Amino acid sequence: MEAINIFIKSAFIENMVLAYFLGMCSFLAVSKSVKTAFGLGLAVIFVLGITMPINWVINEYLLSETGLFGMDLTFLRFILFIAVIASMVQLVEMVVEKFSPALYTSLGIFLPLITVNCAILGGSLFMISREYNFVESVAFGLGGGFGWFLAIVMLAAIREKIRYSDVPAPLRGLGIAFILTGLMGIAFMSLMGIDPAAFAK
Amino acid sequence: MADTAVKEVKKREPLLGKKERKLLLDPLNDNNPITVQVLGICSALAVTSMVLPSVVMAVAVTFVTGFSNLFVSLLRRRIPKQVRMIAQLVIIAFLVTVVELLLKAYNYPVYKQLSVYIGLIITNCIVMGRLEAFAMANKPWQSFLDGIGNGLGYGAILIVVAVVRELFGKGSLFAGTPIALNIIGPNADYWIDTSSNPWFSWYVNNNLMVLPIAAMFIIGILIWIQRTVNPKLVDVS
Repeated sequence: MEAINIFIKSAFIENMVLAYFLGMCSFLAVSKSVKTAFGLGLAVIFVLGITMPINWVINEYLLSETGLFGMDLTFLRFILFIAVIASMVQLVEMVVEKFSPALYTSLGIFLPLITVNCAILGGSLFMISREYNFVESVAFGLGGGFGWFLAIVMLAAIREKIRYSDVPAPLRGLGIAFILTGLMGIAFMSLMGIDPAAFAK
Repeated sequence: MADTAVKEVKKREPLLGKKERKLLLDPLNDNNPITVQVLGICSALAVTSMVLPSVVMAVAVTFVTGFSNLFVSLLRRRIPKQVRMIAQLVIIAFLVTVVELLLKAYNYPVYKQLSVYIGLIITNCIVMGRLEAFAMANKPWQSFLDGIGNGLGYGAILIVVAVVRELFGKGSLFAGTPIALNIIGPNADYWIDTSSNPWFSWYVNNNLMVLPIAAMFIIGILIWIQRTVNPKLVDVS
């Protein structure tokens, strides 16, 4: 039940974007229309959900002192994690190109940029520092991805509407997106009062 | 022989000419990585609640952008196009590991405070973005300056945000360093003492400023100010 707890916590209460500011670059750049935001959000859920367990296994069985090599190799963590993430993103790119060329062209440069989406590497590093077990890390990956997806689709929806509003010219585009994200963050803070343990019962 | 030697001297570019100075200073305003290029917001905002970790972060990022630009630019003709992302990431990850181990050794409290965000410099979009946009197509010295300039532009925004957040959120500046100042608050040493000054007895610290959300508003307002002063940056779409 701890896993459900972690899923809800990482999706809503400790949302990757709105509580930790991870994955901000693509969050602000790709949130101009709901359709592309939706596609990118799904890709992030997929990549986070896959890389998190793989990185857990690597950390536990290759890098730790009790692992395969019997010595503390944690200084290799960054390089190995980023290599796993880069290859997974390559895989997702190939799949998307094959099955949905329209989405592939509309995502453009941002698909390879998932590699440098801080939410992915950040998720893996949080997983290590919070000492999750395997099942928990899967839940954390999926929950974090879902939270990211939710946040980017919501921001895209707001930005589609705000195009018809009279925003001061210097604030248009990027400036108002920052302020909107801040307001959404305040809205998500109200979820902190929820006790995730209550859901797990 | 003598002829070619003279030509060599003539062709050599000045170490800090006009173009180089532009590379170094442009990212501070006209081409700021955070407010104009929208790069590197990811790992930055969560560390700006106080000035000390922001300065450490700014120095770390400047080091990584400068040297990764230098190394990638030196290797730019040797890296095959298909594997350039992984090659770049390995160089960045190496530099970040160096920074992480140095910080862990010399300032453990700050290392703890920055937690995963030091590691996240790897995926900081400024580093990758500058490698792709500049270092892959330019000479090493220029690339190095471009990296340093972008690191400084990033650091400038970070420190401005951190000063506002620490001043209004905690009433202090540079807390945790030898020059810590206690500026506003009940027992302030320097400026406004809220317990004895009758004009400021109403003042309480703004707890919103301690939360990362405040950084979003401050950067939004910074963008507003910057684009009002510098109208050519206004988004016309």
